[in-house]
Amino acid sequence: MGLPPYATLGQRIWYYSFRVICGLIFFFLIAPIVVVMPLSFNAQDFFTFTPEMLRLDPAGYSLKHYEDFLTNPQWQLAMKNSLIIAPIATIISVSLGTLAAIGLSQSHVPFKGAIMAILISPMIVPLIISATGMFFFYSSLGNWMESTLGLDKGFVGYVKVILAHAVLGIPFVIITVTATLVGFDRSLTRAAANMGAGPVTTFFRVQMPLILPGVISGGLFAFITSFDEVVVVLFVGSASQKTLPWQMFIGLREQISPTILAVATILVVISICLLTTVELLRRRSERLRGMSPG
Amino acid sequence: MAEAMLAADGTSLKRSLARALRRQKLRALMLIAPLLIFVLITFIVPIGSMLFRSVENEMVGNTLPYTVEALADWDADESPLPPEDAFQAMFFDMFLAAEAKRHTRLGTRLNYETTGLSSLFRQSGRQLDDVADISYEPLEDLDEAWDEGETWYALMNTREVADDALMAQQRARVAALTDNETNGEVNFAPDAEVAVLLPLAAREYTAWAVYVATQDGRDPATRDPWEAVAPALLLDLQTADLSGYSGPEADKLRTAQAANLPVANFVDAFVDMDEDWGTQTPWETIQTHSSTYTGGYFLNAVDAQKTADGVAWQPENKQILITLFVRTIWMSLLIMGSCILLGYPIAWLLANLPMRKANLLLILVLLPFWTSLLVRTSAWKVMLQQQGVINDVLVWIGLVADDGRLIMINNQFGTIVSMTHILLPFMILPMYSVMQTIQPSYLRAAKSLGATNWTAFWRVYFPQSVPGIGAGSILVFILAIGYYITPEIVGGTKGVFISNRIAYHISSSLNWGLAAALGTILLAAVLVLYWAYDKIVGIDNVKLG
Repeated sequence: MGLPPYATLGQRIWYYSFRVICGLIFFFLIAPIVVVMPLSFNAQDFFTFTPEMLRLDPAGYSLKHYEDFLTNPQWQLAMKNSLIIAPIATIISVSLGTLAAIGLSQSHVPFKGAIMAILISPMIVPLIISATGMFFFYSSLGNWMESTLGLDKGFVGYVKVILAHAVLGIPFVIITVTATLVGFDRSLTRAAANMGAGPVTTFFRVQMPLILPGVISGGLFAFITSFDEVVVVLFVGSASQKTLPWQMFIGLREQISPTILAVATILVVISICLLTTVELLRRRSERLRGMSPG
Repeated sequence: MAEAMLAADGTSLKRSLARALRRQKLRALMLIAPLLIFVLITFIVPIGSMLFRSVENEMVGNTLPYTVEALADWDADESPLPPEDAFQAMFFDMFLAAEAKRHTRLGTRLNYETTGLSSLFRQSGRQLDDVADISYEPLEDLDEAWDEGETWYALMNTREVADDALMAQQRARVAALTDNETNGEVNFAPDAEVAVLLPLAAREYTAWAVYVATQDGRDPATRDPWEAVAPALLLDLQTADLSGYSGPEADKLRTAQAANLPVANFVDAFVDMDEDWGTQTPWETIQTHSSTYTGGYFLNAVDAQKTADGVAWQPENKQILITLFVRTIWMSLLIMGSCILLGYPIAWLLANLPMRKANLLLILVLLPFWTSLLVRTSAWKVMLQQQGVINDVLVWIGLVADDGRLIMINNQFGTIVSMTHILLPFMILPMYSVMQTIQPSYLRAAKSLGATNWTAFWRVYFPQSVPGIGAGSILVFILAIGYYITPEIVGGTKGVFISNRIAYHISSSLNWGLAAALGTILLAAVLVLYWAYDKIVGIDNVKLG
């Protein structure tokens, strides 16, 4: 859609102004994320560029906010909790979700619509509503686990948050894995069965390697859902289960500290890595299924 | 006649196929079942519990069971105050509730309906002992033995026949009041003969015994009962016919009956505690809200209220929730509108650029999509503050004086800008996928037939892109009306949504019923929108990244 040589002046003006408008919108999309990064190296406890920073004076920059993140026990607890909760929740949603997606992709599934609606619902219902419902239910569940099963309070707290996060991640696993299974050639499993492989062997040696890209990207979605989730953990968890987003949320609402910007930068870097991984997996999956990479 | 087709093992082919199909269905269900059960337990049941909570109203009946019963026939229009029975029932109900520290909870609950009841319940709870002592002290003066728990235990405990019905009833009463189990061993059962002779005293003593045994883990045989058993006993003695009674403590009972000891007049006692008890208001509130299920929270959620005379609007100065609902919808529409305005050119550009360039630019859309919500919200906080980046730039350029920095945060502007940024990818991605399918040759055909650029766009291209706009709009709108975090941080007081109110009622005001009702209304709205989304786009077409 280049500009043809015979374009009129009006067309030229429109062509370039449209590009400028689009550029501004892209700027709007990216600028807030980009601005955070240099500010996280601020030597002062400010949320804005100091004159030293603008002069590119090395004295205006420091790593002290990163240092605070790495030494402050509050942030370390939050980091530890995030790294406990998100992976376990992801494992639960991926294992259960992949099995169910395989079941759902079979040709004769009774009540498929209703089952799908139930499994997708955690993504549809606004988080604040899920959190409200979970708040009521999980507190009685927690009491029951503590009093009847006699479990440790801290452990029960983690169980509650992990279960809540696992169910929030499930729709993403279902959607990505069923999408991968659409292109799956069923004759492969039949061929494997024909050659004497049991269902379990068939699954792990034939089906799993082929749908693995879908499973991994579903898992990444589930991971980021849990890793980034704050509403449900605020309602279901207690202070000893506080995660990184929770700590950031408190920081933003109450005592505002520039350490948040350092954490934000780290998270942006993580999300860039995740985005790259998902994109590479998508291409690999499409190549495996014989589609041209988009 | 043709012979029925047979499968390899000799059964009829039809049956064999049916069996195979059944097995296939079963296998599919077996694969789905673990997840389905998991989601049902961890998600659907909690949502159901929220729906239930929005209409559940057991607290009044659980805390004041006998009062509710006594108030059932009272008609506020005919008699200014409820009958004395109701005051008496209230005394015993409140006494047990105050011992279990549950009366303040009920006060808080009723305070949602009528302001002032919270303090009324709290203060009255402290003075109940004084009312009981009017009877307890003379009884004790008459015979020291009444001060001993053993006397009461000997009198009340079973000799031949136990009153199991009364025992079960009082176990249920304490369980309902405390929300705890009361199935444990009590080491006491009310005697059936005494329960007939002294019904009120037996009832209150049994309730006490159940409470100390199951809640405090103590043995009622060795403990002194609460003072409330004294007025109960004296009330019973006013009418009891002791002539046929020969059980334990018979003499003490006869002496006490002959002494004609005083019992508080419960109406006067309550009015002395707080003159509000002498008005209709608290009694009417209890009566109106005594049913097990209520639509009251839903009425509260739309700024109405259940009163004794039916449904009424809240006073003007308390009508905030309708305003919040309207604001939530209005701001979500504004956010949706600005997402359309900003998303359309980008989607168009992406769809019309060569694949390689488009993929590169798509990363600029996907990066914010993948970045943590908290990161983006904190970024906007940094940008929009009065000492923030945007204001600094404006001052530096000279557009704004240093003392006239713009207020862009903690108001509606802050919420709209940051939420537009956060939700924009959800608008661009569906638009982009629809626009990719529009043939560029249609535009060229329109132009070659003489259409101007604008006509070609507006009459040919735009109508084909409408499904994308629809899909994106519904998605953005649904996400926007349920948003909590971003309005909470950048919205101040003027830029918050209904979801912030829900969170407030959950964590600060503890009015969980109202929070559940607000949540239910919001859920209904979202489900209707999703139904529309499914009809227009199809849930299966949801794409990620």
